[in-house]
Amino acid sequence: MTDLCSLTLKEAIEFAKKDGAQPLLEAFQKRATALNPKINAFLRFGAAPINKREIPGLLQGVPVSIKDNICIDGREVTCASKILAGHVPPYNATVIEKLKSAGATLFGQCNMDEFAFGSSCETSAFGACRNPWDLERVPGGSSGGSAASVAADMTLAALGSDTGGSIRQPAALCGVVGVKPTYGRVSRYGLIAFGSSFDQIGPITKTVEDAAILMNILCGHDPKDSTSSPERVPDFTQSLKRDLKGLRIGLPKEYFIEGIDPEIEKSVRAAADLYKKLGAEIKSISLPHTEHSVAVYYIVAVAEASSNLGRFDGVEYGLRVPTKDLREMYFETRDQGFGQEAKRRILLGTFVLSAGYYEAYYLKGQKVRTLIRQDFEKAFKEVDVILSPTSPTAAFKIGEKVADPIAMYLSDIFTIPANLAGIPAMSVPCGFTSGGLPIGMQLMARPFDESAMLRAAYAFEQETGIYKKKPKL
Amino acid sequence: MNYEPVIGLEVHVQLKTWSKLFCSCSTEFGAEGNSHTCPVCLGWPGSLPVLNEAALKLGIRVGLALNCKVAERLKFDRKNYFYPDLPKAYQISQFDMPVNGKGELLIETKTADGKMIERKIGITRAHLEEDAGKLLHEGITDGSLVDYNRGGIPLLEIVSEPDLRSPQEAYDYLTALKAILQYVEVSDCDMEKGSLRCDANVSVRPVGQEKFGTKVEIKNLNSFKMVQKAIQYEIERQTEAIEGGETIVQETRLWDDGKGTTFSMRSKEEAHDYRYFPEPDLVPFTLSLELVKSIEATLPELPMARAKRFIKEFGIPEYDAYVLVQEKKLAEYFEACVREGAGAKTASNWIQTELLAMLNAKNIAIEDCPVASKEFAGLLKLVEAGTVSGKTAKDVLQEMAATGKAADVIVKEKGLTQVSDTGLIEKAVEKAIAANPVAVAEFKAGKQKALGALVGAIMKETQGKANPKIVNEILQKKLQG
Repeated sequence: MTDLCSLTLKEAIEFAKKDGAQPLLEAFQKRATALNPKINAFLRFGAAPINKREIPGLLQGVPVSIKDNICIDGREVTCASKILAGHVPPYNATVIEKLKSAGATLFGQCNMDEFAFGSSCETSAFGACRNPWDLERVPGGSSGGSAASVAADMTLAALGSDTGGSIRQPAALCGVVGVKPTYGRVSRYGLIAFGSSFDQIGPITKTVEDAAILMNILCGHDPKDSTSSPERVPDFTQSLKRDLKGLRIGLPKEYFIEGIDPEIEKSVRAAADLYKKLGAEIKSISLPHTEHSVAVYYIVAVAEASSNLGRFDGVEYGLRVPTKDLREMYFETRDQGFGQEAKRRILLGTFVLSAGYYEAYYLKGQKVRTLIRQDFEKAFKEVDVILSPTSPTAAFKIGEKVADPIAMYLSDIFTIPANLAGIPAMSVPCGFTSGGLPIGMQLMARPFDESAMLRAAYAFEQETGIYKKKPKL
Repeated sequence: MNYEPVIGLEVHVQLKTWSKLFCSCSTEFGAEGNSHTCPVCLGWPGSLPVLNEAALKLGIRVGLALNCKVAERLKFDRKNYFYPDLPKAYQISQFDMPVNGKGELLIETKTADGKMIERKIGITRAHLEEDAGKLLHEGITDGSLVDYNRGGIPLLEIVSEPDLRSPQEAYDYLTALKAILQYVEVSDCDMEKGSLRCDANVSVRPVGQEKFGTKVEIKNLNSFKMVQKAIQYEIERQTEAIEGGETIVQETRLWDDGKGTTFSMRSKEEAHDYRYFPEPDLVPFTLSLELVKSIEATLPELPMARAKRFIKEFGIPEYDAYVLVQEKKLAEYFEACVREGAGAKTASNWIQTELLAMLNAKNIAIEDCPVASKEFAGLLKLVEAGTVSGKTAKDVLQEMAATGKAADVIVKEKGLTQVSDTGLIEKAVEKAIAANPVAVAEFKAGKQKALGALVGAIMKETQGKANPKIVNEILQKKLQG
């Protein structure tokens, strides 16, 4: 019997149609129980046995895991923070409603950087998550638990959230597929906000086709989220099959810069060559304001974060440190509840919104954000898809960048622009370093044209078969 | 040196919607604590706001009634501060793109020498925002409780220009504003229930100086009278301070109604930095001209216009007209009486004196008046026709309120019809003259007052039913004859 845990989502659905989802749940329960102590990908996992053989819906009861910043009715959600420990939301996020009605079994709740603040999963208050390809290394972040659990075959697929690369960067570092849809494509209702104008939920999967299957379920307008788009949702699985003839792929020169790991540059350029062979046209393009992306992001996103995190004050839910008076309660609760990185971002965000600094930072940042968006608008007049590395380096060692926040922030340098512009972007495995660590490439597309990038990703994946290689655990 | 006050008012009015500004929870007043709450208005992690269109429409309605420039494009902003009644640690409000821009309100006010004048008070803006919850301290020894039922209820903050120049003007502005809000049916305007709240900004400056003095914000004003009293106090305090060589500091002060004074709550340095920024959960949007026009088409006649029409159409005095229109239902009652055939001046007088006195004594509102306008007009017609005397009519009104019977029925049943038969009255006059020689002598000696005793005697003889006008005529004739 083949190992059920190594199936793709699509294969697992086929299996469940014949034999039900229960054997899958048991297999994942067993594997997660064995591996989670080593990897720490799940903060919680497990599912009640499925009695019915037939589960209605596309997903047939197969297990899917959820980043621990998405609310599930009646289950604890923590954002990997002490300040929310024990918090049980009384409602489902819209994506959870959608997954449930599509017949998913909710399996694990995935470890992450605290409040999605980080690129390594090391800021989790419940211990770092580890990279299945090398347990001494980080899985990336902030959706590190989601990516690691998929890479380690501890779950069939997972949901992550992406504010500045939090789906794509860990997907790249763990050798799996991660999609950040267009801003507004997927409802944010029930996603505990980090940077509200950046956040998007998306799938992390073993294959591009699996991602397309989940995209079909997750996308669509939600009246509960005023920023969700009424744009029509195509059948993403159908768009995969078209060949690449006539597809114009752009290589932005600003994304191949000093500091990028030469092995990664080589791998991505090789991918471009392959695309040429597959019939696509490769063009060199420029996105001139790229260099400001990280700075702008760390102004605007943290400004929103500082406001979004104000509600964790000990009054209604989560941690409350009992004290004599109100001010002290605020101080003590927030001091003991938030970790270092959360405090750093709250302070930074509060500062850039303060009277006298607002114009110089937040307002200026918004203006540069517009310029970055315009860069993409211009570029997409010439090309259909933009190809770049996802991350400048492969998975780094645990502890390597903890003391140097700037170095940590720069690991999102290629993923942040898509969030600033609101465009869809994804990471696809494109090779391995000489040390055997996965390399991911990023594909970006026009707003609401996820189909184009999924089609390019699928063609590459089918041609190379890289996804078949698994970490040794 | 003479000083003049400069006053601006900020009025928060609760908009009368069924559901809250950003969720579908009920806005019912007085429900059990926290029974009208959901993840959105409790600010639970992951929840998102969705704008209530009904509240937006009511907000626009007020803007149009105040001649505001309604925004073509609007957005919401976050006002960040920590307080337990504010569950998200920010209030969703509007900062630089309010739904209503500049407007104006015409008010009728009395000058210090009692003259009625019309004043145009500028409206700076009127914007939408959500209300906060309510802290409860009473009877709790170890902490406080929070009731979030009020949290998220739609408010419209109406900010005036610093155009008001006296406590009386501030009072008249509030009265006029309240009247408009009631006319356009956007709010209960009940200060006791907190559906209308007011803060006052007050400064003083030497008469003739253009530059404003340092302003002080006064909070905790729970009635229009309190606003007036607090402003008066504050003007005196500031004037005295300046004359004593002190400098006024910018601060927020609270009104203590018991002591009749204001006291400092927080200084400018202690003021919050609200860190306003655009609310990313609600995207900016464009208002369609059609929507604004369709709202404009449903605006009723406003109080000022109605007062002017009353003066022109019914010939009632200016002052009476403004009193009548302050309350929409009262104005409607008056107009209905006139339409039923009562004389406008009689109706105006009787409504403002007898009817309101009766309602006040019973503590009921005009809309719950036990005497319908048609019935009241019936009574007034009897007075005007001389069928009953004014004095009798007052008693009949009480009877009408108590029994629900029509005026003519009561008059008939009780035999209250006024006696206008000159023969009968003449007999009573003669009897009175004969019985009161002292009064007659006094009157003839030039003492007009003595007539009262004679009239009293005649009325007693006729059981109060004699027509006083005829009594007077006959009495004068007999005494002089």
